[in-house]
Amino acid sequence: MSHPQAAAEFLKDQVKAKWHDETLWFVRDKRDRISKTIPEWENLRNLASEIKDHTLSRLDFYLEEFEKNALKNGIQVHWAKDAEEHNRIVLGILQKNDCQAIVKSKSILTEECHLNPYLEKNGIEVVDTDLGERIVQFLNQPPSHIVLPAIHLKKGEISELFHEKLHTEKGNEDPTYLTQAARIHLREKFLKAKVAITGVNFGIAETGEFVVCTNEGNADMGVHLADVHIACMGIEKLIPRRTDLGVFLRLLARSATGQSVTNYNSHFRSPSPGKEIHVVLVDNGRTAQLAREKFRNSLKCIRCGACMNTCPIYRRSGGFSYGSTVPGPIGSILSPGLDMKKHSTLPFASTLCGSCSDVCPVKINIHEQLYEWRQEITKTHGELGKSLSMKLASGIFKSPLAYKISGNLMRSALKNLPKSLIYHPINSWGKGRNLPETPEMSFKDWFKRNRP
Amino acid sequence: MSSREDILNSIRGIQREPKPLPDVPDFRMNSDLVKQFTVSLTGNKAEVMDASAFESWIKTCGMNRIFSSVSGYKRLSTVTLPEDPHDLENLQLAILEGQFGVAENGAIWLEDAQLPHRAMPFITEHLVLVLSKERLVENMHQAYEKIGAAHSGFGLFIAGPSKTADIEQSLVIGAHGAKSLRVVLV
Amino acid sequence: MNTQTPHIGLFIPCYVDQFYPKVAIATLELLEKLGCKVSYPLEQTCCGQPMANAGYERDTVGTSRHFLEIFGEFDYIVAPSGSCVLHVKEHFPPISGMEKTQQEIHDRIFELTEFLTDVLKVEQLEGAFPHRVGYHASCHGQRGLRLASSSEMHISPFNKAKKLLENLEGLEWVELSRTDECCGFGGTFSVTEEALSIQMGKDRLEDHQQKQVEILTGGDMSCIMHLQGIASREGSPMKFMHVAEILNQATR
Repeated sequence: MSHPQAAAEFLKDQVKAKWHDETLWFVRDKRDRISKTIPEWENLRNLASEIKDHTLSRLDFYLEEFEKNALKNGIQVHWAKDAEEHNRIVLGILQKNDCQAIVKSKSILTEECHLNPYLEKNGIEVVDTDLGERIVQFLNQPPSHIVLPAIHLKKGEISELFHEKLHTEKGNEDPTYLTQAARIHLREKFLKAKVAITGVNFGIAETGEFVVCTNEGNADMGVHLADVHIACMGIEKLIPRRTDLGVFLRLLARSATGQSVTNYNSHFRSPSPGKEIHVVLVDNGRTAQLAREKFRNSLKCIRCGACMNTCPIYRRSGGFSYGSTVPGPIGSILSPGLDMKKHSTLPFASTLCGSCSDVCPVKINIHEQLYEWRQEITKTHGELGKSLSMKLASGIFKSPLAYKISGNLMRSALKNLPKSLIYHPINSWGKGRNLPETPEMSFKDWFKRNRP
Repeated sequence: MSSREDILNSIRGIQREPKPLPDVPDFRMNSDLVKQFTVSLTGNKAEVMDASAFESWIKTCGMNRIFSSVSGYKRLSTVTLPEDPHDLENLQLAILEGQFGVAENGAIWLEDAQLPHRAMPFITEHLVLVLSKERLVENMHQAYEKIGAAHSGFGLFIAGPSKTADIEQSLVIGAHGAKSLRVVLV
Repeated sequence: MNTQTPHIGLFIPCYVDQFYPKVAIATLELLEKLGCKVSYPLEQTCCGQPMANAGYERDTVGTSRHFLEIFGEFDYIVAPSGSCVLHVKEHFPPISGMEKTQQEIHDRIFELTEFLTDVLKVEQLEGAFPHRVGYHASCHGQRGLRLASSSEMHISPFNKAKKLLENLEGLEWVELSRTDECCGFGGTFSVTEEALSIQMGKDRLEDHQQKQVEILTGGDMSCIMHLQGIASREGSPMKFMHVAEILNQATR
């Protein structure tokens, strides 16, 4: 389904769509308020952006540094060129440890690699332990938001789901009650798992350590009870120094949820005696994105989700409308790099309003990259873009006046479009909007008469 | 070619202009550290108390499976430290020492030296962190300056009790980790 | 360049020329009232934005070159549209042989309200406009040209249009609950993502309606055309005016 179709579908349930918009706006509003308590907020954004730009400019060096120091710390480092290799590496570690069931905390990377279905196909039970992720896992859905995975669901739906899966009381929709039920259910999983998988928020080159941030404590519950910790990390997650964490941890939670810091910010440097830590460094299209100069800095993303919360499109169309692992504005500039054909409508699912760029804690010029992707997509998937111009032409300019114009205005404006398009029968403009009233004369005519 | 070489070589093959690594200022504000720290922790749904308030709370809290590694409060331990952290499953209260606290967000730093088991602050039902008033810094920049290059296999900032808002954005305290956090400022 | 009586090239976006001549007239009259010498080059056409935003910037070389040729000679170029000005500044493709003109035009083209506040240094306009006014910030003006501080950023608040409007006698400036959310016009977006576009427009209108706005104004007629189109379909009594119309009418 294309984005416009999916969005129209989402908007059919007006009450839920409004709730979705207002709930995410509330999160953005919290982010606005807390960011304005930090006088140096814009400074921090600049610093974060510069640190990431620098890291990307020397990514090969920092990757080697990270590896060298991680090895020194007793961490085992693996490299994966693509999703398939990543999944194979993870499975290999599980098989070596004779592990049949794992717990996993939030990792967008493993979603991107479709790790869960791969492991399940190979007989491994995968339990997502973030509450929101467990909920969507029960439903066989991907997360609809990278920070708030179950934001598309109402508590009534979750209550019904938990009644079925966890035998909670029918009709009990109390979030505290439901969360408690999940706590009991997941604790059992935590206590049994021999291997725990986490994502990585930041990898620090100078120390070879990595940082994982959660509010629930699920990542730590998993890894500290397991014998083996596998951390899956995109190669763009690196930062050079420990001190850089000061900048990023000040920005991350405030941007994500409007809280001053995540509750648990764990720095993993060496395994506990007798245990193992593995880091899997994953490319999967990142070096290709790095090579695209105009889109390179999309790799600065720290996955805070603020661009989703602020995006007037995302709020009113939901995460699933994007059909990509990372939805929303940042997803729309990352996904075409992975599969341009599949994601060709995403850069057009925007008004280029620029709110995403202003909210971004690492100052990715998201809306400008959306514009640039449009230029790229029309080169290879021209039909789409052309039909967009067509529709505009037929929508707005298809007024009686347009045919009356004697000057060269409309001809010039539309000279790149075939004439037949101007007579295109679809008039999407007029479905929910009236056209402006046609004035007696254009300004040009008025000017000629009044200012000869 | 190994994937490692493959990835590194493709990066090396990309033309990139050099970009400088900026210095990070410490953005000092000189605010009232204890006050700000307390406000931050309260905002994170933690409770801040002094030693005497803690003493009276512990008497009435009704918990009887307690482990404390804090000098001065070791007498409160009712369980011995198991070798396997899984055996902490029924621990009701862990009392641990924080290295230092960060006023701007209430985060408290602990390393392996403060953690009898890395799992302890998570698996325990309730958590108390004891921290000296003298050991507060203003913000995260000073925090990392303080941590410096010190080597610990594991270190973490804890800023509140385990929480989630994954159901309709309603805040619920006590997701997987400790259901409450009390910070004793001494 | 003579800054006392600058010679201004008036750039009127194509859809304003066609559908909203009174906005263009108001812009012209207002600038003249403020002592400017204004010329309107009759050969001007569309700036090419619809094509560029649809992904065909490369096909706008001709229209861009034409624009540079027409407007190259003026001290300033002024338009009653943040969106079209932003397009000229940021999204003209490089025109070979005209690099210098292109840079000069980039530096000398202004949206109307920023021209008044930043170039003419208008501190206060004398006039009256006794109405309850809601301001719709067009995103391209707001976040593209920085005509107002965006709500996402932690900077001192400012708003160039507000500065001009709020001192008019009797004008009641309405604070909205979402000060700078997009209306959902977005050029091609308005037709390709029709359902979303309409929903966004309705939500924006509702904010103004709930605050009992009498006249909705803004710096871009494209947003207003969209909002007005929805309002008139709904049968809403809300009135719509471009900032230039208010300023010109108030200072009559």
